[in-house]
Amino acid sequence: MTTDILTVTNLKKYFVIGHSGILKRKPITVKAVDGVSFTVKEGETFGLVGESGSGKSTVAYTTIGMYRPTAGNISFRGQNLFEGNRTRPLALKKEIQIVFQDPGSSLNPRRNIRQILELPLRIHRPGDNRLEEIVRLLEMVELPPDYMHKYPQMLGGGEKQMVAIARALATEPSFIILDEPTSALDVSIQAKIINLLIRLQDEFHLSYLFITHDLSLMRNVASRVAIMYLGKICEVAEAAEFFRNPYHPYTQMLLSAIPVVSEEEEKLKPKKIISTGEIPSPVNIPSGCSFHLRCPKKMDICSEVDPVMVEVEEGHTVRCHLYGQP
Amino acid sequence: MPSLTPESDWLQEEVNNVTAQANSLTLPKSKTMENIGRSWYKFSRNPMSIVGLCTVLLVVFLAVFAPLVAPYPEHAGAFVDFANASRPPCGRYLLGTDVVGRDILSRIFFGFRFSLTMGVVVLALVVPPGVTLGLIAGYNQGTWLDTIIMRLTDIFLAVPPLVLALAICSVLTPNLFNAMLAVSLMWWPWYTRLVYGLASTLRNEFFVSSAEAIGAGKAHIIFREILPNCISPIFTKMSLDMGWVILIGSALSFVGLGVQPPKPGLGTMVADGAKYLPDQWWISVFPALAIVVVVLGFNLLGDGLRDMFAAEEV
Repeated sequence: MTTDILTVTNLKKYFVIGHSGILKRKPITVKAVDGVSFTVKEGETFGLVGESGSGKSTVAYTTIGMYRPTAGNISFRGQNLFEGNRTRPLALKKEIQIVFQDPGSSLNPRRNIRQILELPLRIHRPGDNRLEEIVRLLEMVELPPDYMHKYPQMLGGGEKQMVAIARALATEPSFIILDEPTSALDVSIQAKIINLLIRLQDEFHLSYLFITHDLSLMRNVASRVAIMYLGKICEVAEAAEFFRNPYHPYTQMLLSAIPVVSEEEEKLKPKKIISTGEIPSPVNIPSGCSFHLRCPKKMDICSEVDPVMVEVEEGHTVRCHLYGQP
Repeated sequence: MPSLTPESDWLQEEVNNVTAQANSLTLPKSKTMENIGRSWYKFSRNPMSIVGLCTVLLVVFLAVFAPLVAPYPEHAGAFVDFANASRPPCGRYLLGTDVVGRDILSRIFFGFRFSLTMGVVVLALVVPPGVTLGLIAGYNQGTWLDTIIMRLTDIFLAVPPLVLALAICSVLTPNLFNAMLAVSLMWWPWYTRLVYGLASTLRNEFFVSSAEAIGAGKAHIIFREILPNCISPIFTKMSLDMGWVILIGSALSFVGLGVQPPKPGLGTMVADGAKYLPDQWWISVFPALAIVVVVLGFNLLGDGLRDMFAAEEV
C-alpha cells in the first residue's frame, strides 16, 4: 500500500490586483487557484496539466512556499506546510525542492556552478566534503566535473536545467516539484532531461509533482494526471485510463488537439472536437461551470451551477454535469 | 545481523575513488584574464572613455606624487615671496603666481590631493550604508521596513544638498573633514534609490526563489545572490559621482567652508583669485580649469564604464 506524501485540500490562492470604487473600496482579485484538492502518493509522478493561466504554476509556487494560500491547506506526510505564521522549518525545505521552467533565470548569472551547488550542501549537509559532493552531483546529472568552474551563461539550456536538477537533488529531498522543466528546451534535449528524471526517480525513490501543458509528455512520465482549467481541477485519473477513456469535454478537447503524424495515431484519439475560444481571464470567471463558454456539450444548468467532483470509476473523478449524481 | 563489512569496504573504495578524482581534478585556468581582455576591448571602443581614464590616471598620479612632481612643493602651504607676486604665466612659473607669489601649478597639484581625498572618502562613507539600505528595502519590498527606509531617503532627498552642507559646515568648524561629513550625509539616498530599484526587481528572479526554497538566510540572499547583480550600476554611479562630489567640495571651498587657507583647495584658489579678475586672470582661471578637467575625466570614465557594463549584459 502506497502512502500519500503530499495532500492538497481545497487550496485557494487569490491575488489582489487593484481596487474598484472610490469610497467603498472593493478589492479586485484574480482567482489563480480556486479550490484545488489532490494527493500525490509516495514514489509516483503526479501530472498537473493545463493551459497557460490555468493556475498550475501557482499551485507549485504555493507548495514550495513562495506564496501563502488564501484558504485551504497543503500537508506533507501529514505535516501542515503553513502552520502559524512562521517560515517553513529547514527540515521541511530539505524534503521539498523545485525545478523551475526557465533554467536561464533560476541560476544566478554571477555565481559559478560550484557556488550554486555549494549552497544547499552548506545549509543541509554541513558535515560532508563539499567538493566531493559537487563532483558526485554533477556526475549524477551526467555533467563533467570541471563544469563546476563555469558560469551559467557558458552552459547550454539543457545543461543549465541539469544543474538546476542537481541543485534540487543536493538537499536529498523526497519530493520534487517540476514546473514545466522541459518546455523551455529543444526537443532533443527534452528527451534527455525526461530520461534523467525518470532514472533519478528510481534511484532515489523520489515523488514528483510534474507540471506541464504537454499532454503527450504526460502519457510517458505520469502515473496519475489532473487537468486544470481556470484554477480548478476538472478531471483526475490514472494516466493510462485517462488517455483511453476521457470523460470531461475539456479533456476530450485537449486530447483531440494533440498533433499526430500517422493514421494509426489518429485513430487512437477521441473523436475530433474542435477547440474553440481561449481560456477566459481569471479576473472574470464565468458563472456556473467555468468551461461552459467553450463546451461543445453545454446544457442549461452549466451556466448556473458549478458542478462538483464525482467519482465515475475507481480512481477516476470528473467535475462535470454530464456525469451528475447517479 | 548481516555483516556490513564487504559493503562498507566497497563504499570506502568508492569514496577513495571520488576523493582521488576530486584531487586530481586539474582546475581549469580561471578565465579572469580573458574576461578582463574582453571588457577592456568594449571599454576602449569609445575613445572618449580612454581620454577619461587617462585624465583620471594623470590626476591621481599628480596628486599622489605632488611633492616630487610639483616645481615648487614648498608653495603648497604658508609661503610668501612678494618679489614674484602676481606673475603672469612664464617659463619659470608655467601658470603664473598668486598675489603672495606662490606657484599656481604646484598648488593645483596639491589641490588635486584634497579633491581626490574628498571624493574617495565621501564615496567610502556613502556607498556601503546606501547600498545596504537599498538592498534591505528592495528585498523586503512592500513591508514596513521598505516604507521606513524609502521614506527616510525621500526626506533626505528633499533637502537641497548644498544648503544642508552649508548649514552643517557653518555650525561645525569649517574644514575638509566636516565638508566630507556634510556631503556624505546628503549623498547616501541616491545609492539607496538606485539599489532599491534593482533589488526589488531581482528579488522576483527565480534564482532568489530557489535560494529561498533551499533555505538560505536573508544575509546570503541579499549579499550573495542580489548584490553581485547590482555591482555594475553601482560602479558606474560611483565614477560619475566622483566628479559631482569633487564639484560640490570645490563649491564649499569657494565659499570658505571646505579646505581652509593656506591649504590649496581648488575652490579656495578660485575664490582667492576672483578678486583680481579680469586683470590677473590666471590666479583663478587655471584652478577652475583644473576642476573642469578632473570632473570631466571622471564623467567620461563613468560613461565608458556604463557602456562597458551595458555591452556585457548582452
